[in-house]
Parts: sequence; structure tokens; C-alpha cells
Amino acid sequence: MWNWFYKLASPPHFYRTATVLEPWLFWPALVLLAIGLYGGLVMAPADYVQGDGYRIIYVHVPSSYLSMFTYVTMAVTSAIGLIWRMKLAFCVAAACAPIGAAFTFMSLTTGAIWGQPMWGTWWVWDPRLTSQLILFFLYLGYMFLRQALAETRQADRASGVLAVVGVVNIPIIHFSVEWWNSLHQPASLSKLETPAIAGDMLWPLLVMILAYQLLMLALLMTGIRAQVLEREKNARWVGELLDTTGHEA
Amino acid sequence: MNEFFAMGGYGTYVWSAYSISFVVLAATVWFARRNLANTRERLKRQRLSKQDRTP
Repeated sequence: MWNWFYKLASPPHFYRTATVLEPWLFWPALVLLAIGLYGGLVMAPADYVQGDGYRIIYVHVPSSYLSMFTYVTMAVTSAIGLIWRMKLAFCVAAACAPIGAAFTFMSLTTGAIWGQPMWGTWWVWDPRLTSQLILFFLYLGYMFLRQALAETRQADRASGVLAVVGVVNIPIIHFSVEWWNSLHQPASLSKLETPAIAGDMLWPLLVMILAYQLLMLALLMTGIRAQVLEREKNARWVGELLDTTGHEA
Repeated sequence: MNEFFAMGGYGTYVWSAYSISFVVLAATVWFARRNLANTRERLKRQRLSKQDRTP
């Protein structure tokens, strides 16, 4: 176990692991995406109240969940990096930011498109929507901060602190619909309770969430590889890798 | 088939939500891969120019 952990913590091994894992995450994600789309758009019945409009749930809930999952990953790896001064942890954190920003953008836009026919408005300054918008700005702030600080160590520390402090926003997003009066409906899925939606509507949602999760991990592997190469550019193994391999690998 | 695309009158909303999602997903994959390829190319060039200077 520890042997495996130490091995993974060496940059060349970490890089190779990411390279090997990437296609095993990416292609199953695409297959699940196709199944989930067919399930959500064709197999699932129309909703009693929202008709076919509710089908936006199959792209809205997965992106919203991943927007938060990616942030927690970024905050936890930043904390590990800050506490144990682990460079590889910062590689993961830095790779999370653009992925999380993309999922948050998707969550906000699909939410606005869903809000228009159901609530009669694209946007309200509601606790759930506002805290999700703050999440988007946290990701942007993290990326701008990294870009502004030329020295990697300094960028890692400053952006790491921002990521850790910003994690307070995650429970606010999650509980906003319970703490305050919100236009947004409460959670459809919960780990502890039976889901609030019917089985034939539920399975495509679970498949889509899994597809998005695998896609996020595949994207993370690509991002990690770029981060590791950049930081290890003077190491001998990177030189050998660049010399011996062509465009691939 | 037309009924499918109409989505019970919600067609515009449903299809625009799905289109935006997949355009953003595809763009994110594309940017991540291009970024990795660019990093690799840049480091390779830096390495070659360094080798030229040191005989």
C-alpha cells in the first residue's frame, strides 16, 4: 500500500499513470453519455407537471454536481499541497480549475434555460443561483491569480489559499435550498433518502452523472500531464520522453 | 419524429440546453488536449535550442 503510494508520488510514475488511465476514462464516458442521452431524451416518460421541459435535468444536474465535485478536489489537493508541500498535489489542483469552470458555466446556462419556461425568468438573485455564480468567479479568480504570478511556487501557494478559503461556498450552495426560501427546487437525489424521482426517469440521470464524472477524470488526466511536464521540464525523464516519443504518448 | 424534436413545446429550451452542454464539453476536451500538445512542443523547442548552445 505505502509502496504504491510512494511510487505514485514520483512525477514520472504519476505522469505515466495519468497517460495510461486517460483513454480508459474517456471512451467509457462517451459510451455512457450516448446511453444516458438515449435514456433521457427517448426512454424516460414526460413529466406530469413540466412535460418534456424537465429533460434539461439530464444535463443540468450532472454539470452542477461536477462543478462542486471538481471544486472540492481542487480545495483538498490545494490543502495537501500547502500542508505537505507536495508539488504533485498542486498539479492536480491547477488542472481542476478550467474543468470546474466549464462545468459551472454549463450548470448556470442550462439552469437559466430551464428557469425561463418554468419560473418565467432566466435569472433571479436567489441564494442557490447566486452562490453558484460565486463558484464560477472563484474558478476564474483562481486561474487569473495563477496567470498573474509568474513564479510557480508563489502561484501555487496564493491560488491554493484562495481555493481552500473558497470551499466554504460549497456547503452554502448545497444547503441554500434548505436554509433560505429559494425558487430553486430541493435536491432530486440524496445519499440517505430514496430519490424524489421515478425509476424510469432516474436511471438516465445516474448514467449521465457517471458519464460526466468519468469525463471529468479523463480531462483531469490530460491537465495533470501538462502540469507535470511544465514543472519537471528540467528533469532528465522529461528530456528523454520528449526525445524518444513523437507527437503521441 | 417531429413530435420528438418539438419536445411538447419545450423544443427550443431542451435543445439549446443540450447543445450548449455538448459544445462546452467538446471545447473543454479540445482545449485540454491542445494545451498538452502545445506544452510538449514548447518544451521540445526549448530543449533543442539549449542543446544548440551547449556543444
